[in-house]
Amino acid sequence: MSILVGKETRLITQGITGSAGLFHSQKCAEYGTNLVGGVTPGKGGTKVLDHTVYDTVYDARRKTGANATMIFVPPPFAADAILEAIDAGIELIVCITEGIPVLDMLKVKKALANNGGKSRLIGPNCPGVITPGACKIGIMPGHIHKPGRIGIVSKSGTLTYEAVGQLSALGIGQSSCVGIGGDPIHGTSFIDVLRMFNEDRDTDAVVMIGEIGGNAEVQAAEWVKENMSKPVVGFIAGQTAPKGKRMGHAGAIISGGKGTAEEKYAAMAACGITTIMSPGDMGSVLKKVAKL
Amino acid sequence: MNVHEYQAKELLAKFGLNIPKGKLCHTPTEAEWAARSFGPGKLSVVKAQIHAGGRGKGGGVKLARSPEEARAHAEKIIGMQLVTPQTVPQGKKVHKVLVAEGSDIDKEYYLSLVVNRENATLSVMASTEGGMDIEEVAENHPEKIITTDIDPTVGLSGFTTRKLNEALGFKGHLAKAFEKTLKGLTEAFLAYDCEMIEINPLATTKDGQLQILDCKMSFDGNALFRHPHIQDLRDYEEEDARELEASKFGLSYVSLEGNIGCLVNGAGLAMGTMDIIKQAGGDPANFLDVGGGASQETVTQAFRIILRDTSVKGIFVNIFGGIMKCDVIANGVVSASKELGVKVPLVVRLEGTNVELGKKILSESGLNITPADSMADGARKIVAAVK
Repeated sequence: MSILVGKETRLITQGITGSAGLFHSQKCAEYGTNLVGGVTPGKGGTKVLDHTVYDTVYDARRKTGANATMIFVPPPFAADAILEAIDAGIELIVCITEGIPVLDMLKVKKALANNGGKSRLIGPNCPGVITPGACKIGIMPGHIHKPGRIGIVSKSGTLTYEAVGQLSALGIGQSSCVGIGGDPIHGTSFIDVLRMFNEDRDTDAVVMIGEIGGNAEVQAAEWVKENMSKPVVGFIAGQTAPKGKRMGHAGAIISGGKGTAEEKYAAMAACGITTIMSPGDMGSVLKKVAKL
Repeated sequence: MNVHEYQAKELLAKFGLNIPKGKLCHTPTEAEWAARSFGPGKLSVVKAQIHAGGRGKGGGVKLARSPEEARAHAEKIIGMQLVTPQTVPQGKKVHKVLVAEGSDIDKEYYLSLVVNRENATLSVMASTEGGMDIEEVAENHPEKIITTDIDPTVGLSGFTTRKLNEALGFKGHLAKAFEKTLKGLTEAFLAYDCEMIEINPLATTKDGQLQILDCKMSFDGNALFRHPHIQDLRDYEEEDARELEASKFGLSYVSLEGNIGCLVNGAGLAMGTMDIIKQAGGDPANFLDVGGGASQETVTQAFRIILRDTSVKGIFVNIFGGIMKCDVIANGVVSASKELGVKVPLVVRLEGTNVELGKKILSESGLNITPADSMADGARKIVAAVK
């Protein structure tokens, strides 16, 4: 089973004719993802990677039966691409694009709310979602993953790879790995993913990787305390980050003294999440906690 | 992106807001004439223009009763190293001052608009305790701060203003003035893709006006492509030279106090690398994310920027290659080391795509590079090397 993506996923790529879109569509297809087409306005009717390119998501969905989309559209147009996918009724929208204006994302959030949960957005500014051995939507290196029973949810791409690498090296496989993205406004939260892992029969424990900025990790910790029946281990990046400085990700900033690693760790510890202080220990701590 | 107070006031003036007259001055003579232009007997305020709050505490804001006094204040302020709670310890050099017409203040209020990342709306924060540090008010008198949301897709609603007017105690013409102020600020926020607008203080005057006496504005860097005129307001003198240089090459760099340079791919891993260096007993000199698609050229630029920091006594390269291939990084490290003659210890940890090829390139380069098996191992090795 795992979560969000699997063998039943039928993927299109918005921005499939761009260099990044094309490269990663190919990598996803090679991994075994069922790529069924792509969308680039103005390039409808052409073919790439043996698949038809459509002018609109509406058309692509009608002709291919796609239920997921991966977005590689440049930042000025990316919010429009997400809105188009919502309008076309695509169930899973994975937006890789980094640098979407915040006010654009506020409109996207409103559209998602109005849509009543028919579409789910992952990202933006994220590596995507993978169910090892079944389906990969995103830019993560497929070969480091190993099918298994540990879920990963993370704001950071490379730290997710780091966690996956450590787990795989210990012989511990993953059920699904979800990058929710490093932007301040994103489609899917830690809580959304934790809830899915909690209900997933194929997931036994979860690694949660947060960052400084905002209080999503604190809210997630409180949710875990009330609802989670599986072990969760957590790491927060940015223990040494200075206040008021944006650390690479748009959302990674301690503003007004709020959103520090200390307060997030404190909340996690208070809510029964096993805290991991060193990013080098993500695999070993999970192994101990999940008794593997 | 941040702008100066005088720039923010110029932008906001277009939205019909009540802002006292002011002139930007670069010399004491200009300051004297600016004060004189307000008319005989008028008070003026000489305000240092730097990108940091708390300017008054450091002596960067002075009230003048005469044009001559304005001149005297400007003489002291222009050229000074202004130290405030928000600047680096050595302070920031003041190049210019805003000379604003003084107001006969009755009471000071606080008003700000920010994007609320928790519920994806705009949040308005207001308080009757203006003129001071709002974080202190939040700490000691949270009940004196009122927060309410504005749905950005709807705009400002009448009830929001009524709620705030009641909380702030504005009635009659002041309530009307507040409504106009909040409407203008909301419009400005949405029109310019702001990240934050902070009015502190918003003041009522003895002659019954509601005025914006100070304001801070920051903009969403990702939306600047829509606002070239705001991009033009960027003051490069206010920014860290190395951070600026890095941004030109698509690198994300933040200067820190330590002596171990870091070159990492991905923001999360870059922060994690700083953390693990600290845990190993060292101090990171910087945060540096070379991004997902770095080339040999960007890696060389990254080394150049790290080495420009003379406190760097060693460099830790920590790469988990996804899209970015380890051999590309290895070639970049080798060519940068040769080109720049890197003399400090270099510890390199490579993992991910093409890792074997990358390690081979490093070991065959003949350079003095210490390989590491994991990020923990790398952190230990670089900390030992700089000690």
